[in-house]
Amino acid sequence: MNAFYTSTDHFVLIPAIMLALFGCAVLLFDFWVFPDPKQRKYLVLFVVLGEVFTGFGLWRQQAYLAANGLSQLQAFQGALTVDGFSIFFNWIFVTATLIVAIVSYKYLEIAGEHHGEYYGLLLFAQAGMFFLATGTDLITLFIGLELMALSFYVMVGFLRTEKRSNEAAMKYLLLGAFSSGFLVYGFSVMYGISGSTRLTDIAAAVAGRDAWDPVVFLAMVTTSVGLLFKISAVPFHMWAPDAYEGAPTTVTAYLSVASKAASFAFLLRIFLGPLAPARVSWEWLMSAVAIATMTVGNLAAINQTNLKRLLAYSSISHAGYMLLGLIAGNATGIKGVAVYVLVYTFMNLGAFLVVVALRRKGIIGEDLDDIAGLIHKSPGYAVLMLIFLLSLAGIPPTAGFLGKYYIFLSLIETRHYVLAVIATLYVAVAIYYYFRIVRAIFIRDVTEKEPLATSFGLRVALGVSGVLTLAIGIYPEPFLRLAQTSLMR
Amino acid sequence: MDQHLLSLVLFTPLAGLVVLLLIPGRHKDLIRVWANLVGFVGFLISLPLVSRFDRAAPGYQMMERGSWIPSLGVQYLLGIDGISLLLIMLTTLVGFLAILSSWTAIQDRVKEYYAMFLLLQTGMLGVFMALDFFLFYVFWELVLVPMYFIIGVWGGPRKLYAAIKFFLYTLAGSVLMLLGILTLYFEYAKQFGTYTFEISQLMRLDMPLGMQEWVFWAFFLGFAIKVPMFPFHTWLPDAHVEAPTAGSVILASVLLKMGTYGFIRFSLPLLPKASVDQTIVQALAVLSIIGILYGALVSLMQADWKKLVAYSSVSHLGFCTLGIFALNPNGLAGSVLQQINHGISTGMLFLIIGIIYERRHTREISEYGGLAHVMPKYAVVFAIAMLSSAGLPLLNGFVGEFTILQGAFERSHVWAAFSVGGVILGAAYLLWLYQRTMLGQVTNGKNLGLADLSTREMAVFLPLIAWAIWIGVYPKPYFEILEKPVAQIVERVRPGYFQAQAARAHPAPLRVAGGGGAQ
Repeated sequence: MNAFYTSTDHFVLIPAIMLALFGCAVLLFDFWVFPDPKQRKYLVLFVVLGEVFTGFGLWRQQAYLAANGLSQLQAFQGALTVDGFSIFFNWIFVTATLIVAIVSYKYLEIAGEHHGEYYGLLLFAQAGMFFLATGTDLITLFIGLELMALSFYVMVGFLRTEKRSNEAAMKYLLLGAFSSGFLVYGFSVMYGISGSTRLTDIAAAVAGRDAWDPVVFLAMVTTSVGLLFKISAVPFHMWAPDAYEGAPTTVTAYLSVASKAASFAFLLRIFLGPLAPARVSWEWLMSAVAIATMTVGNLAAINQTNLKRLLAYSSISHAGYMLLGLIAGNATGIKGVAVYVLVYTFMNLGAFLVVVALRRKGIIGEDLDDIAGLIHKSPGYAVLMLIFLLSLAGIPPTAGFLGKYYIFLSLIETRHYVLAVIATLYVAVAIYYYFRIVRAIFIRDVTEKEPLATSFGLRVALGVSGVLTLAIGIYPEPFLRLAQTSLMR
Repeated sequence: MDQHLLSLVLFTPLAGLVVLLLIPGRHKDLIRVWANLVGFVGFLISLPLVSRFDRAAPGYQMMERGSWIPSLGVQYLLGIDGISLLLIMLTTLVGFLAILSSWTAIQDRVKEYYAMFLLLQTGMLGVFMALDFFLFYVFWELVLVPMYFIIGVWGGPRKLYAAIKFFLYTLAGSVLMLLGILTLYFEYAKQFGTYTFEISQLMRLDMPLGMQEWVFWAFFLGFAIKVPMFPFHTWLPDAHVEAPTAGSVILASVLLKMGTYGFIRFSLPLLPKASVDQTIVQALAVLSIIGILYGALVSLMQADWKKLVAYSSVSHLGFCTLGIFALNPNGLAGSVLQQINHGISTGMLFLIIGIIYERRHTREISEYGGLAHVMPKYAVVFAIAMLSSAGLPLLNGFVGEFTILQGAFERSHVWAAFSVGGVILGAAYLLWLYQRTMLGQVTNGKNLGLADLSTREMAVFLPLIAWAIWIGVYPKPYFEILEKPVAQIVERVRPGYFQAQAARAHPAPLRVAGGGGAQ
């Protein structure tokens, strides 16, 4: 019998512990040390510090794996597994949380809802994400998911006085709870099959059965419903546009990037783990979902006039592209999902950050009209937005092209030609709506003279996202090596 | 420096762009001077390419190879042969002249305008230099963005529609082409165990005909939309009519050639079995001929001067694709030469329209008449451009069209018979246009006070006119430059072609069985 808590357990858990500690510290300092609302922006420093410690923990895990030539390190009797995959995703969470934290203070001040809890929730959500990327046990994964989701339910409704925000939070909460129910049901069936909550045990049990075994099928379908909801795939995407629109834009950015990345990590763990032996039974289902997701996401985005809704639909369509990597399922495909998540993080965050800057005193700043003529007002922001949009559309030499490149290549390698053709044609559709924004920025005249609400944090965050979006596109080699590590499992 | 000549030519506009961005936007004249200087230097720097180019050497020259994305097998690989040399020279010259022609036409957002042109210039040059398919694709797509802005920001009344239509059409084609590229890439890895995008490596691939056909059609969509071949031409009139003058010039002179260049550089050598497949060749010839005749007939009907020239491009590019798919030396060499010719003459025609539009702000043909009395220099220049486009002997268009027709005739008499109709119709719509605008009495009072060409405007035309006459009178150097690369492509798609030709011209003495064999 293993010791209940060993030093390995501690070593593996350290990033989550740091996140939780600093999250609590933020809450305490909020009312002990910084009672004055004007000082609350210093709480950002706690987030930064927390991320430094988290990152240090991750870095030590990475170094330990490399030094000992291990491909993975298990803790808590296999409930948590640190491997290249988990470390890769955790770095994405660290970056995304950092970027969102440093842009938030100005936005929340303008919105009049600057509370310390916000930063605590960011860190708690990230702790949940840690478990989603690291967990290899159904219970751990579920708790991680709920920790993340609960934090998000609160953050989406953070603009308490705005009806939209409340409505969005309520909708997200109800549908989220509903989908969690499905997920847990699927988990219970998996437990029934295998008598264990460890993913490896379940995989062995599923492998011992026929792929079309009705019980396995039931587990697969119900689990899929829960997972697809989280990545906002069609037909479980309804919540996304409303939640994205109503939430504070910084939270929308966080939701669309970090939550989606974590959910994809979760989805890959399940589908490449316990459900991998039953691939024939879900491949067609996922193909249909991917096509539907790209179709609905792209077509619905065409007519949106609200930037956040437009980007919401665009992020739905991106989920469809990422699913294609899973469907291809070979090494290129999985690497493709990892690269896609990486580049998506920066380009999508970047696009939302520009929308964050549009929110000014007394101006909601979310409409296509609000961004009109941006090139005349803030050329730097306009050019950055162009880079992000080109990248989202997948035009080289931006990072987005690389994500699409891997996805298309993996589809060709696995002879999914029809899917490949559909996926490429939707690139042309996507360019249409992304270029509606470009058109507004570069061709239309200024409608709103008020300058953008910028802050030091926002400029840093935008600079980092912009530079990375271009750098990954122009010289991707180091980033591809990074993604390569996520395959070592 | 010598071994980096291509990089130097490629990145001069980009370097100029970086400096341009540092100039504050209010110094409009400084920006103009700088952009013109960069364009001119870009052209001067490209001149050594001609002198250093070895006509007798087979294969690619002045190669530059650098590692770019090793984990994908992507290289920074540049190199030129005779075909790309001519197109590069066309690009640097026309690019400079387009910038020069914009001096007074563009008053609004000057800095962005020139920035877009310089970016476009690098993109186009990269397309013609890249010998790595990935690199090629990056440049291919890079071209779309500045062109979108040039049409969309500085264009005419329906600019938004035209700009996005241009972008969507070409993008839809090129993403499907990407799938074709990835298929080759993957097949190569399957057969040889390594990943590469290098063209000369990919040529070693041995693929079954069926797969080659699929890839061919994927490439076809990418290239045919760019050319544009009938029935994918509908973006072209919109883009041309709405684009500012210099944009139209670049679009017609260089951008369309990216499509034909793609066929020659990639479709034929990489997919030799599909390229000689009867169904495919017939289909492409038929589309080309439809394009030739349809473009010419529609041109006849136009009331808008610019639209007329735009549709004439469809017709002329039909000749170019017909020449390519004649798959013999005459057809191919004629096609490349005609691409240059079309760049020169249609470039001039668009400049001519731009000049009159700048003065009168209308392109309705019926608004004009008798301009030769008011603007004699202009009328002369127009006459030369028009005759060169119509294919008058001693001017460039004749040489190209004639060689293409010769190639087509060798291939099929029917093709030649139909496409000759395009030459006749071409003369008809161009001469009629000239008659309606230039000849007769001045009927519209507004045209009486029009100023003739300024020195700057003449300076734009003179190099093009000189070039047109040079090709028309003495095309030999061009055919020499083209001989090797064209022969290589023909030999690649039709192995044994030259042997058979030689045998037909000089019947070989009876061969002793087993001895000697083929020479």
